[in-house]
Amino acid sequence: MKIATGNDLPTGDVVWWDGEGWTRHVEDAAEVGENGAALIAREEASRRVNAPYIIDAEMTERGPRPAHIKDRIRARGPTVRLDLNRVPIDPATGSWVI
Amino acid sequence: MYRYDQFDQSIVDARVEDFRDQVARRLSGAMSEDQFKPLRLMNGLYLQLHAYMLRIAVPYGTLNSRQVRMLAHIARKYDRGYGHFTTRQNLQFNWIELKDAPDILAELATVEMHTIQTSGNCIRNTTSDQYAGAAADEITDPRPWAELLRQWSSFHPEFTYLPRKFKVAIIASDEDRAAMRLHDIGVQIVRNEAGALGFKVFVGGGIGRTPMIAPLIREFLPAEHFLSYLEACLRVYNRYGRRDNIYKARIKILVHEIGAEEYARQVEEEWAHVKTLGLDPPMSEFDRIAAYFTPPAWEEGLSDDIDLSDPEFKAWVDQNIVAHKQPGYAIATISLKPVGGIPGDASAEQMEVMASLAERYSFDELRVTHAQNITLPHVKKADLYAVWQALKEAGLATANLDLISDIIACPGLDYCSLANARSIPLAQKIAERFAPLDRQRDLGELKLKISGCINACGHHHAGHIGILGVDRKGTENYQLLLGGSGAEDASLGRITGPGFDEDGVVDAIERTLDKYRAVREPGERFLDTYRRVGFEPFKEAIYG
Repeated sequence: MKIATGNDLPTGDVVWWDGEGWTRHVEDAAEVGENGAALIAREEASRRVNAPYIIDAEMTERGPRPAHIKDRIRARGPTVRLDLNRVPIDPATGSWVI
Repeated sequence: MYRYDQFDQSIVDARVEDFRDQVARRLSGAMSEDQFKPLRLMNGLYLQLHAYMLRIAVPYGTLNSRQVRMLAHIARKYDRGYGHFTTRQNLQFNWIELKDAPDILAELATVEMHTIQTSGNCIRNTTSDQYAGAAADEITDPRPWAELLRQWSSFHPEFTYLPRKFKVAIIASDEDRAAMRLHDIGVQIVRNEAGALGFKVFVGGGIGRTPMIAPLIREFLPAEHFLSYLEACLRVYNRYGRRDNIYKARIKILVHEIGAEEYARQVEEEWAHVKTLGLDPPMSEFDRIAAYFTPPAWEEGLSDDIDLSDPEFKAWVDQNIVAHKQPGYAIATISLKPVGGIPGDASAEQMEVMASLAERYSFDELRVTHAQNITLPHVKKADLYAVWQALKEAGLATANLDLISDIIACPGLDYCSLANARSIPLAQKIAERFAPLDRQRDLGELKLKISGCINACGHHHAGHIGILGVDRKGTENYQLLLGGSGAEDASLGRITGPGFDEDGVVDAIERTLDKYRAVREPGERFLDTYRRVGFEPFKEAIYG
């Protein structure tokens, strides 16, 4: 599947396109299908999000999982500071990311 | 240390207000990211994986306690309670919000700090010896010259849009503690046979994609011509540096392609012209700057004795203390490399402890080292035990300076948008594998450096053992290098062969060091043994 991601303009937070707007939870990311390029163009023009781009992901029981480790780390936070992680005490975080 | 005059302060204050206006226009949507990006980068504000990252300049690594307390305050108020000291002697905050950036710059300006020229294709923060002004082996304090460079290079109109970024290091001893020859320009302060002060000038060093050790361009530059000669060096680069290819745009490529001799000839030719322009300041101006670096009021007649009856304290003194030029004093390095920790990270609370110790015991001075540690440059030997006790309580008393667990590591894929692989977890695994201090001390001086991509922020080419993280079909892979050095015996590491996964590279390091222990001669560091026996025995040990 294809999903869209970027960074929120005022905070820099990692955000994902959920079909209607931008969410901080990758689990809520929506399939953008063939509309990715148009979505990116529209969202860049709206100037709400920084550097949006389309990535590959796989749908799992827990929602979309980005194909590349870089985007999985973006989704959760640094693997070396789990206290700063978006899923702070989830013991499965490591395996989900790596 | 240097204090801002009215010109410094007004320039920095004006920049804060400029940036406040630029941020407001970006947040309102009046400015696109393409328009804003070069402006934020000029103020050290990057967009990394998780958030904006703010890089704060620490000129030649020197800080006072007021500044460190401000960094702690910013960490707490605007970030997530910690900061990261870098191999450029700077500090980075990883979790900055764009809307807060102008307020942070305004707070920094109140303690004479800023983020100017910490990014962009300009002359970056000049780095220096963290022991400057204290080292027993220096011929003078290099920092007044570094400060002169800072003032000359700040907003230099001709060098604001160079072909690529430009880094200068300056030292004043034969022992190189600043990786001087791995900079675009490396300067060593020397005396000639007549006793006059001057400079050896090396140009065209660097790490990154194409690592080079800077060749000597001028054997002796009289001190009074410091700036005009550097101006000539930059002018030749600015004119002929490759602007057509970002990967070939650094000065090292120019010097390598035309040859050091031809580059030096062109610099001399340009310098003959530049010298007529009156760019060199009068020595009275240098003396004005140098007055800020007058040695502190050291006490005379102090004892050099240290009570080493506490074995844990003795281990710290043995490892983290080096000779000071003044009898009765020592230079103490605070390791930011606890086993299992993140190299270079310090919490706000730890910053405050270090600030208090500097204020009370080190004439209010701290230094950031390019190896991502903090130095207290002027501690009475009689005070070392009290300093150590306070450090121990704050988790800052790790006795591992220059040992295998004193690892340089870039932020890597945990934070950095350029990285291909994570550096920090690997550093932690290596430190844990070799954790016992007896084992580390048996292995002796061993500089291990990890980069998460080819840009080499972790100086992997210059590690006795270096590691480069790469992306291999979507998974992290680590290349091992041996034989590098960023010191006065500078050399570039050689890749051993096929890469490893994270656990595999830790095992490979262990096999490398087992080989070293088997073949070393008395007194040899790992690097010495490697240079004596060569590459092949180690390759054989690693790959079998």
